[in-house]
Amino acid sequence: MNPWPYAVTAAALVAIAAVRRARDPLPGLLLPVATATIFVCAWQVSCELLRYDLKLPDGSVRTIELFPTPGATLVGMWQPIHDGTLLRFAVASVYRVAVGFSLAALIGIPLGLWAGWNLRGAQAINPLIQALRPISPIAWIPLAVLWFGVQDSAAIFLIALSSFFPIVTGSMTAVRTIPLVYVRSARNFRLEGFELFRRVVFPACLPQIVTSLRIALGIAWLVIVAAEMIAVDSGLGYLIMDARNANNYERVVGSMVTIGLIGVGLDFLMRRLERFDEVRWGFSKS
Amino acid sequence: MAKAIQNIAATRADAPAPAPAPDAPTAAPPVKMAIRGLGKSFARKTDTLSVLENIDLSVAEGEFVCLLGPSGCGKSTLLNILAGFDRQTSGTVEIDGQPVTGPDPRRVFVFQEYGIFPWASVWDNVALGLRSKPKDELHRIVTHYIDLVGLKGFERAYPSELSGGMRQRVAVARALAVAPDVIFMDEPLGALDSLTRLQLRAELLRIWQAERPTILFVTHDVDEALQLGERVVVMTPRPGRIAEIVPVGMPHPRDFGAPEYGRFKNRLFELLGVRHAI
Repeated sequence: MNPWPYAVTAAALVAIAAVRRARDPLPGLLLPVATATIFVCAWQVSCELLRYDLKLPDGSVRTIELFPTPGATLVGMWQPIHDGTLLRFAVASVYRVAVGFSLAALIGIPLGLWAGWNLRGAQAINPLIQALRPISPIAWIPLAVLWFGVQDSAAIFLIALSSFFPIVTGSMTAVRTIPLVYVRSARNFRLEGFELFRRVVFPACLPQIVTSLRIALGIAWLVIVAAEMIAVDSGLGYLIMDARNANNYERVVGSMVTIGLIGVGLDFLMRRLERFDEVRWGFSKS
Repeated sequence: MAKAIQNIAATRADAPAPAPAPDAPTAAPPVKMAIRGLGKSFARKTDTLSVLENIDLSVAEGEFVCLLGPSGCGKSTLLNILAGFDRQTSGTVEIDGQPVTGPDPRRVFVFQEYGIFPWASVWDNVALGLRSKPKDELHRIVTHYIDLVGLKGFERAYPSELSGGMRQRVAVARALAVAPDVIFMDEPLGALDSLTRLQLRAELLRIWQAERPTILFVTHDVDEALQLGERVVVMTPRPGRIAEIVPVGMPHPRDFGAPEYGRFKNRLFELLGVRHAI
């Protein structure tokens, strides 16, 4: 048995205990890095515990691994990292998400704002949206492939579709929940038409729009992997399917880790949006 | 007194007359606002709920009137109707001889909380009603009113960075900046601590004396009404009616310790049905 996971876990726990006692604010990364370290150690330990030897009929003994260890995963990912496949596929996935997500935002935000402001508009489109929304984007894959073929546009279509609903619903709700005092202030100072929209409706809705964008991007990143497994022949989803077909489970898990890390990065970028003066008031409680 | 005011309202010419009313013994200022037989009721499932009944009130130009009453007496509803945000179910409201049909930039409403825009800086909030002004004039007016309410140096700050009292100052500056004829204030100091409240009351009086807008001020605080109002309109709850209009004939600044002040206070408590018998 390998002693290092226990030693590292102990070190991480000591670090967490130290943070609990510390009074000064510590670097924000310390805690999450410590928990991630413990997670990797637990991963290593469980791999070792689940590993067993199988006697084959010919008398030889084979060690069966149910799950690749962190080290094996890293080694398994070496080739796609080295030959640039991983980077290329990650860029392909991010590109599809960026295009599909932008399309959804471009259509969804104006449509949601319009429907939120306009009672008739909401009555007209809301039932339709609420009926289409629960259909999993995965269910659209056959149609997407039929319409667009096995190429980028199929995946982009699926991403746009899956991010569209949270964005349009979020924008619509944002308008519906603008506090009455803001609308009354605006009417009091005779803000009308585009100016009412620019100075009151849009800024009042912006924090909720940003939140809905964040939710939508999370969903888009979930869906891209599923879409790429079937609808295209590149990207991180494709990398997983390809590795599975090659019986290379180190690479399957390595791709999963990559997807998770990029997801963290995307969410980090969306969170940065919440810090702008224009929306910060909607997030910080003071 | 209420009778006399109504008489003025009755004899007033339709156009806003700068000349004093003919039957007034002294040069009374012209009537700004005339409310006659105003009522408001809401339809409920089985019956109608009457919120306001038979409100008759005339407000003179440049007057500071406080509407005092317990919560639920319809005073905020009345203010919203006067400001044009809500419609009465019966009776009429006229300002400058014209029936009120909707909100008007000449008549500004100061809300209890959050009336200013949290996404805009102090400067942009105060400049809200001045969009049509030329740039240098806008600059002059905004600077003036930010100074007036004591927020110099906070022009670029956002409301979330300010205290409750400072936010309400922004709201007052935003209202004053458009040089309104009428300011409606719906418990504007209600959310503040008592010291800040006292301080802002004094500043409000100072500003009122300097600029002389007509102010209608809703409050449930007897002291607040007595400190600010030239007249205090006491309302009864459910349905809201005017119990009595009490003219406060004390000069500013009013002395809290004066026996006269105590008598007014007792009178108001009596009208509100809470006699303090200690």
